[in-house]
Amino acid sequence: MQATKILNLLWVFALLSLVAVGGGTAVLPEMRRILVGHFHWLSDKQFREIYSIGQIAPGPNMLMVLVIGYRLAGALGAIVVGLAFFIPDCCITFFANRVWKRFEGSPWRTAIQRGMAPVAIGLMLSGTYTVAKISIVDLATGLVAVGVFAILYFRHVNPALLILIGGTIIYLVRAL
Amino acid sequence: MSEAAGPQEISGADLRRNVSLLSLFKIFLTIGAISFGGGVVAYLREYIVRGEQWMDDEEFLDALEVGQTLPGLIAVNLSVIIGDRIRGAAGAVAAAIGILLPGTIVVMTAGVLYMGNRQNPAVNHFLGGVAAAAVGLLTAVALQLGHKQLVHLGDFLLVMATFVTISLLHQSLIVVILVVGPIAVMLYHPRTHKEMKPARTREPIRLAGHR
Repeated sequence: MQATKILNLLWVFALLSLVAVGGGTAVLPEMRRILVGHFHWLSDKQFREIYSIGQIAPGPNMLMVLVIGYRLAGALGAIVVGLAFFIPDCCITFFANRVWKRFEGSPWRTAIQRGMAPVAIGLMLSGTYTVAKISIVDLATGLVAVGVFAILYFRHVNPALLILIGGTIIYLVRAL
Repeated sequence: MSEAAGPQEISGADLRRNVSLLSLFKIFLTIGAISFGGGVVAYLREYIVRGEQWMDDEEFLDALEVGQTLPGLIAVNLSVIIGDRIRGAAGAVAAAIGILLPGTIVVMTAGVLYMGNRQNPAVNHFLGGVAAAAVGLLTAVALQLGHKQLVHLGDFLLVMATFVTISLLHQSLIVVILVVGPIAVMLYHPRTHKEMKPARTREPIRLAGHR
């Protein structure tokens, strides 16, 4: 039972790492589809809360996948998910980057970089939409999202501060 | 196995050879520890290009272009590429571990605390607000990237096609990569795309939160 789950975590996160074109946000729809929709390992609420933990930590926000592994299969789960999610991409990047350099000026290299850029932005928007669907549940959360967007789009404030303020606002709104 | 292939500026290469693995690791560890609120790429640029001057801006943006095209987290890919360029394979490993280690410790500590308190309404409400704020942040980052990188009508159509396929048609990400990806690449191959503008704007990418 536990062994099956560990194996499933291994292939799910290795697969997600391979399709993470355009960064971590890009895989959120697929991650939710598999974890919440297919396996029913997490509810939307848990997915949202673990995602939020990643937002509070420094470094890449997608380190939250470790918490998913921990939630589902304890410390071993966190380790397996971490290795499955990071090792393949690091290896691919290491070797592909060295090969990539030889294609400097090649029309294919330019075409791949130019062509994949809008795809990556589309995937980011899809990831954002996924987070929005599970986190904007009422007027207050909607206003927090719009407020943070407006502030960051027009001014340059440290996003970490706004993230904490957003959390505090919703806490106060619901607690009072 | 050997140092990065291809011609490089002598000054840059000389400078890099003097960087010890330990100081490389320390810089990435620092960035990994202070880069709250995402936007790790902006911190990398600040430290690697402006602070330590291990790379010039042109080299950094080249590395970024490769790092964001390959699968994986952009910050981690970029760390691997920069680490490799400075100190080869060992540098790549040191950079990747450095950038991930602090966040790993924080996220796991928070995760263990969360597991013990996940029925606590105060925790639920706070994390709910964090997720809502993250939506605002993600939207701002995506639009800012879009401003820099989307030039042609075709770019916008590809963004739309990707978004619709995933979010409205609920297709797997694998479908997009196997179907939309190749179409996008073909559209930008010079044989189909004759009057191509310069590869990509060379303007530095400004991520949310970075001045």
